[in-house]
Amino acid sequence: MSGKRPTTRKEIGDVAMGFDDDAGSAGIVRTRHVTFDRPGQELPLEGGGVLAPFTLAYETYGSLNERRDNAILVTHALSGNAHVAGRHDVADKRPGWWDMLIGPGKGLDTDRYFVICANVIGGCGGSTGPSSVDPATGRPFGTDFPMITIKDMVNAQVRLLDHLGVDKLLAAVGGSMGGMQVLELAVSHPDRTHLCVPMATAARQPTMAIAFNEVGRQAIMADPDWQGGHYYGGRSPAKGLSVARMVGHITYLSDEAMEEKFGRRLQDIHDYTFTFSADFEVESYLRYQGLSFTNRFDANTYLYITRALDYFDLTRRHGTLVKAFEAVKARFLVMGFSSDWLHPPYQLKEIVSALRATQKHVSYYEVESHFGHDAFLLEREKMEGIIAAFLSSGSKSYHR
Amino acid sequence: MTRRIDHELIEGLVPEGATVLDLACGEGDLLDKLITRKHVHGSGVEIDQSAVEKCVARGLSVFHGDLDAGLADFSDQSHDIVILSLSLQQLRRPRMIVREMVRVGRLAIVSFPNFAHWIPRAYLALRGRMPMSRDLPYQWWDTPNIHLCTITDFRSLCRAEGLCIEHTFYLASLDKDPPARLAVPNLTARIAVFAVSRC
Repeated sequence: MSGKRPTTRKEIGDVAMGFDDDAGSAGIVRTRHVTFDRPGQELPLEGGGVLAPFTLAYETYGSLNERRDNAILVTHALSGNAHVAGRHDVADKRPGWWDMLIGPGKGLDTDRYFVICANVIGGCGGSTGPSSVDPATGRPFGTDFPMITIKDMVNAQVRLLDHLGVDKLLAAVGGSMGGMQVLELAVSHPDRTHLCVPMATAARQPTMAIAFNEVGRQAIMADPDWQGGHYYGGRSPAKGLSVARMVGHITYLSDEAMEEKFGRRLQDIHDYTFTFSADFEVESYLRYQGLSFTNRFDANTYLYITRALDYFDLTRRHGTLVKAFEAVKARFLVMGFSSDWLHPPYQLKEIVSALRATQKHVSYYEVESHFGHDAFLLEREKMEGIIAAFLSSGSKSYHR
Repeated sequence: MTRRIDHELIEGLVPEGATVLDLACGEGDLLDKLITRKHVHGSGVEIDQSAVEKCVARGLSVFHGDLDAGLADFSDQSHDIVILSLSLQQLRRPRMIVREMVRVGRLAIVSFPNFAHWIPRAYLALRGRMPMSRDLPYQWWDTPNIHLCTITDFRSLCRAEGLCIEHTFYLASLDKDPPARLAVPNLTARIAVFAVSRC
């Protein structure tokens, strides 16, 4: 059903030899693309309609073993992409977004495991999304792009697993929206993964998160440059997207982390300017975060993906979470972060309780951290050991 | 590995294939034995991060949590057996946890060091100091054992809570076979194991 199956290790591994002088680094990697354009490869969408053809951008690290039982899918969050570890070239200042956990000898040990990460559909990191060209018109989709859901993102990635020759993953690992994809995979494709590690996430998007997303979307849509979503080729709604990112960023931090990181410190000045310029460090930081985000992210993708987040609710299709988890076969390690107020630990414990009620193998681990929601991208030392232990013990019980 | 008579006695109370919750399970030694020998559907609760990691490393299902916060994440009568092995005395609210155990499980198994054993009694009487022993190896100012009790005390808690005592075992040692019957257990038993249920 997919394109040509890679058959040798070399074809699958993406790590170029000879550049890896950075200990523990996944090395120099490149993003690959696969287009599903054959009959039967269309992606039916949860909200109706189909997406065809569609492209996925992905990266892989390490190599798939002969038994094909060492593959780990890493699913990304709202602003993530396929570049999860390593560097694209030696001059790259920043490695992939979860480089702290992925590489030789790290929690997701690329000497042992074959790690896959793909940009979600609807994204702007190389996979088909609103900024892609609509084959029907020859112009970018804009808001003519169909509405996509977390389930659609997962179904698309399952096509990629088929393409890579991975029938059953050892594990699916992801935080925030990535965690929702992990849950969705376990529910809709119970035979495709042996282990699941959802973290800093929820089985249904909480009300407060919908509220914050709506503020972000309104900021984008209120920007005159948005033009109903058909701004490609002209000015992009950078102001609106930047405000959306600022709001989002606040929800990723915590009261304590902000006090510690910025306090009431002033930015390069000794006293208030008595103007509306960015006097406070925190203002300057948010403005910078907002602005730099507009250089790498598409405003329409922000609209589509936040909508997908808001629509996520595992209880909707099944009535209750316990019912939703009945078909689950995977073993779970669920991780919460103490100061996360976007997805507080109680939302993770709900997942644990429902899994337990259906007699599933589930462990819960709470990371003590003051970094808020972002902790899952920062607390390497507190996460690495437990994840490595779970993967290692889980690889012993792996079966088709 | 040294023998653990208390674990063996607890094992004897657990039916084959039962659903077991082990509170303060540590690195999962007891849980592991019950899964291997009794094929139980077992999981644990543990507060210590590195102990949780050890449990996960041996493939156990464990919940990282604080027993002093109760068992709100566990539903009524969801387990056949809930175990609290040698940790009751370290909890802030022992009465609450016993109540929670019989809410979550049909049978609660609680073991604890008996503070009325003759050694701590004599220690306090003769030396006039807080007793220290193999079972209680801490100074008063750094002991995690904040709610020590005696066999008689535990019986009176059961009475106050309306709990039926299904089984009791009194041990003079953790690693040697117990004598068939200890005379005056509240004086001669170092460790007590109680199995209780809601009457």
